[in-house]
Amino acid sequence: MKVSPATTQRVAVGFMWTLAAITFAVLIFILAFILAHGLPHVTWSFLTESPSSMGREGGIFPMILGTLLVAGLAVLVAAPIGVATAVYLTEYTREGRLTAVIRFGADCLAGVPSIIFGLFGFVFFAITLGMGLSVLSGSLTLALMVLPTIIRTSEEAIRAVPYAYREVSFGLGSTRWQMVITVVLRSALPGISTGIVLSLGRSISETAAVMLTAGSALRLPRSLFDSSRTLALHFYILSREGISMPNAYATASVLIIAILALNLLAYWLMRRFVAKVGR
Amino acid sequence: MPAPRIQVQGFTACFDGKPAVKNLDLEIFPHERLAIIGPASSGKTTFLRSLNRLNDLDPGFTHSGEILRDGKNIYDADVDVAELRRKIGMVYAVPVPLPWSIYDNLVYGLRLAGVRDRATLNERVETALRYAVLWDEVKDRLHEPANVLSGGQQQRLCIARVLVLEPDVLILDEPCSGLDPISTGKIEDALVTLKERHSIVLVTNNTKQAARASDRTAFFLLGDLIEVGPTAQLFTKPTHKRTNDYLVGQFG
Repeated sequence: MKVSPATTQRVAVGFMWTLAAITFAVLIFILAFILAHGLPHVTWSFLTESPSSMGREGGIFPMILGTLLVAGLAVLVAAPIGVATAVYLTEYTREGRLTAVIRFGADCLAGVPSIIFGLFGFVFFAITLGMGLSVLSGSLTLALMVLPTIIRTSEEAIRAVPYAYREVSFGLGSTRWQMVITVVLRSALPGISTGIVLSLGRSISETAAVMLTAGSALRLPRSLFDSSRTLALHFYILSREGISMPNAYATASVLIIAILALNLLAYWLMRRFVAKVGR
Repeated sequence: MPAPRIQVQGFTACFDGKPAVKNLDLEIFPHERLAIIGPASSGKTTFLRSLNRLNDLDPGFTHSGEILRDGKNIYDADVDVAELRRKIGMVYAVPVPLPWSIYDNLVYGLRLAGVRDRATLNERVETALRYAVLWDEVKDRLHEPANVLSGGQQQRLCIARVLVLEPDVLILDEPCSGLDPISTGKIEDALVTLKERHSIVLVTNNTKQAARASDRTAFFLLGDLIEVGPTAQLFTKPTHKRTNDYLVGQFG
């Protein structure tokens, strides 16, 4: 039996469309499930109050603050290092053994399970450097974890800047540093920001690594050396220890909305980047 | 003849050890338009990019011999390459406006050089645009994105962007290769006025353009300078058979 090309085409398209639809359906199902269980419990006081009786009562304000601190600081530390590494790899050195080693290292780092980062952070930052279970230990650990993502996305964004821009800049008398600042980073900024925003999302949702490094204190962190529980970890503890499923879902709702918002921001930045470079 | 602005002496340029320009001797005088013609891979562009040391960006580039600018070898270790590139302004085959406004494109070189004074910037921009025959077309929309301009306008913008820096020598690498005849004519017209202030080196694949828009012409072939002379003379009675063959289109 011979199948006509038009038929194979229809079958292939149908097949791929179904798979895409399944992906989307799973996303919608998870979102709907969590929001349906959690949103009714998300109230203004839930967002602004401290928890009581281990999170059975009260709100999640310290966790919101803790999440912002840990994730924000992680990105604040990782972004400059990551972007600088990417600039070095793309603009300051020739392709060779060294760049291959750095890139391979970054890729390996990206593949390390987060619990291993947690263990390393616990041993190195918390114990060896004496930072204890703290916002600082947690954020430094997360910084290491998201570093490869930032390096790789920044590298892609920088490579997407046309080579001709660099020649024009050099031709008009710029030094390499001026060229990097005025042409490369200026054009690649939306792409770089996308990577940074996605890393922020990953830092916010990370659980295992922060459990071992930032700890799980319920009180409001007063300094970077205080232990603090993040939203993701709070959700984990609430549900794992059966403390309060409604509050667990409510926490998850807040978390998921935050991540969704960040992803939309990243998507918007990416579109701006494509529009800019593609012109 | 006045003293040459640029003196190329025994200059050889290699990429990964393979010579692209061989043992070249050539002079560029003030107030002249020197056209460089020759078939593909004859070393025209390599020569041009040697003049502002843009070849330095290629890790496989090596050279020997000298290129003297006002008596000083531009490849000397103490030469400020950024300053050199400001003074030997290059225009590329494809116009590449940076993704900013027309004005930001024009003042970019000056800003790199540290010029901040607004009056100076504006004055230089207007002068450069007038020389590039673009002023009337863009004076009311300097702050619009540069890439809304047509191809011909973009190329004149690229010329103006270089002129803003008041270079001694203007080097153009097939600046009209992607342009229609009217845009090409405008650029050729601009070159006539520009030679009052700048030496012009024009690489072109279009021998007719060389005949129209230059005072002297040099013929390159496979990295060798075959001959150089006043344009009228080179086109009517070339000394070398190969020049003649190329001009009548027997190869190329």
